[in-house]
Amino acid sequence: MKQHSGTLGRLATLKLLAQRFAFLSLVMASFALMLLGKADTILVERLRVAVSDTVAPLLDVMSRPAGAIAEVVGAVHDLASLRAENVRLKDENAKLMHWQMVARQLDNENRALREQLNFIPDPDPSFITTRVIGDTGGAFVHSMLINSGTRDGVRKGQAVIAGEVLVGRIAEVGQRSARVLLLTDINSHIPVVLEGSRAKAILTGDNSDRPRLSYLSPNTNASPGDRVVTSGHGGAFPPGMPIGVISSVQDGVVRVEPLVHRYQLEYVTVVDYGLPGILPSEAPAAEGRDR
Amino acid sequence: MKGSVLQRLDQLVRQLLPVGLTLLLVLLDATPTRLPGFAAVAPLLPLISVYYWAIYRPDLLPSSVAFGLGLINDVIIGTPLGVSSLVYLLVQGMTASQRRFFHGKSFLVAWWAFGLVAMAALTLQWILVSIIFGHALEPKAVVVEFVMTVSFYPLLSWLFVRTQLALMRQG
Repeated sequence: MKQHSGTLGRLATLKLLAQRFAFLSLVMASFALMLLGKADTILVERLRVAVSDTVAPLLDVMSRPAGAIAEVVGAVHDLASLRAENVRLKDENAKLMHWQMVARQLDNENRALREQLNFIPDPDPSFITTRVIGDTGGAFVHSMLINSGTRDGVRKGQAVIAGEVLVGRIAEVGQRSARVLLLTDINSHIPVVLEGSRAKAILTGDNSDRPRLSYLSPNTNASPGDRVVTSGHGGAFPPGMPIGVISSVQDGVVRVEPLVHRYQLEYVTVVDYGLPGILPSEAPAAEGRDR
Repeated sequence: MKGSVLQRLDQLVRQLLPVGLTLLLVLLDATPTRLPGFAAVAPLLPLISVYYWAIYRPDLLPSSVAFGLGLINDVIIGTPLGVSSLVYLLVQGMTASQRRFFHGKSFLVAWWAFGLVAMAALTLQWILVSIIFGHALEPKAVVVEFVMTVSFYPLLSWLFVRTQLALMRQG
């Protein structure tokens, strides 16, 4: 009897030890995964892409009610401000009519000048428009999942725009889903210029709603309200795409308010400008560009 | 107790409920809400689930499963791989080892303890992500995320209690 309980006790101790060991090895495994993520980005990316592809149809279904609810709320909101909105739109329309006239004149002039110069226009970019199916919540990463992948022609590094405004770039692509790295993410660095002064800078995300302008030369006169557009340096995006306006200049920190906010994105456009891009993580993955 | 195939299937589905619910919460966290400013501070719903089941049914959501759920969360959300795995694993392990403390205690005690656990979890996550990215992240959003996560606890825990009472009584 005594022997029996002794065996049982030993068994229990063994079991406890095994559990401890399993727990510790899982802790080690977590750290190993973090190191792997730093070292072998391609393997980790494949894993990510495979999982996002698998859950994409599910997320697609789940994101639809959210869209419907947002629409209803929006409709009620619009109804309340109908009159004020109407007045504002009439005002804006008058202004825009004027701008349209100016634009027509400039367009004619431009065409005439191009003909004189034998100008070869840029090829028209190809694009696809797709639904946002995942807006990954949380304070640590600012990215989105979209409902198209390589089978629709999405490639890594392509620009993602909403309307005419740059919102991010494609960071990972799967068969039927892709991840968009937003401008506000801490890993996003985009070469920009201030539209007025042509001062160059890098727009650096820091996981806040308003990314920072870094490497702005100190004697630049940046003031709130200045428009920020892509500079085209580095070859990732074409020059002149609007991004946002400077919202604050405090103690040398210049912050930019993006023109489009993350929560407003329901459909985005992925544009292929045929630019090679010089994303550091993409150095070995230059295939698919030569077609 | 060997029932028919259907009965055993039924049993299995009931036992998979905690894992299934947690997976659903991972996906729910990734669903676009279109609420201004919400996405950046969305609550860590799966953390609540891992904590709750670690107290009340650790047999149905053991630490290895918590690790796996964290991995899936990392992959879908886009956080560096292994971060949520470690956080969920530690939350599950620590909570399950202290579960005796919670027996017979009121809801408020569990909520208060969850506050401590969530604070530790988010701090750890913040440190890990900051080290991996090589920049100290802005702590403000993390603090708001903490408040959001803690304030979602009563609702989710009520849902879990209902589920447990309705579907998992025999367990």
